[in-house]
Amino acid sequence: MIQLLAFYLFAALTLAAGALTILSRNPVHSVLWLIVAFFNAAGLMVLVGAEFIAMLLVIVYVGAVAVLFLFVVMMLNIDFAALRAGFIKNFPLGILLAAVLLAEVLMGVGVVQGGALQLGTPDGSAPVPAGTQNIEAIGAVLYGKYLFLFEVAGVILLVAMIGAIVLTHRERKDVRGQNIARQVARRPDEATVNMQPDVGKGVSL
Amino acid sequence: MIGIGHYVTVSSILFVLGVLGIFLNRKNVIVILMAIELILLAVNINLVAFSAFLHDLTGQIFAMFVLTVAAAEAAIGLAILVIYFRDRGTIAVDDVSHMKG
Repeated sequence: MIQLLAFYLFAALTLAAGALTILSRNPVHSVLWLIVAFFNAAGLMVLVGAEFIAMLLVIVYVGAVAVLFLFVVMMLNIDFAALRAGFIKNFPLGILLAAVLLAEVLMGVGVVQGGALQLGTPDGSAPVPAGTQNIEAIGAVLYGKYLFLFEVAGVILLVAMIGAIVLTHRERKDVRGQNIARQVARRPDEATVNMQPDVGKGVSL
Repeated sequence: MIGIGHYVTVSSILFVLGVLGIFLNRKNVIVILMAIELILLAVNINLVAFSAFLHDLTGQIFAMFVLTVAAAEAAIGLAILVIYFRDRGTIAVDDVSHMKG
């Protein structure tokens, strides 16, 4: 009973937050609703016993991706009102397309539920071992059978990180930076000069 | 009791919301990127639900890889957005025709 209640709460909040994400006038509000949607989706995943993915969702999406979005939205000085110009014009067509897509997907779900199509059975390649925690079972599979894919995921993240840095880094010509190599290469004998200027005359270097 | 059908219904509605978001906010790239995140979230809910109800961990592992790609995509997408804004002073999608593709 409590599980049913929790499911409907999380599902309703996820869908409401998702709808508000795409309908908000202000993109900052969109990001905040996106965070709400991610939290409630994590709740949905906890309900079926996938705690690790749920916590990962909170850490990666709320902690990193949503903050990145918030940062960009607030950093760029954009007239968001102008970007909403076509919103009303696109609304009927968008709703129509979404309704058709949803009808198709739900029809597919109905066909499966009606028994006309059988869901596949797992091939037993990664069964959940009895009496283990979720994170323990995932660790055993991830670092065993899927080790190569796990490392490829790490490489993808590295490439994305380097790519983002290379894209956004800019050399500024108008700012004189510190040249450490020149500083270190300076010798005392070329840095100091002995001079005897006349009285009242300056020294030009 | 909660079955796989409930989860598939929620995730399909969320997926459609993401697609609708791309259509409605055609000019605003930031909201389009957020709509793509919603779509990937729907896919993840689907993968995790099937993994749990079929007692097979492959779905959860795969959801993790989807998460990885989503994070990388968001980082690269926002980086491109920032340099485009620095260059042009706007992020309207309609104006992006520099390469005449």
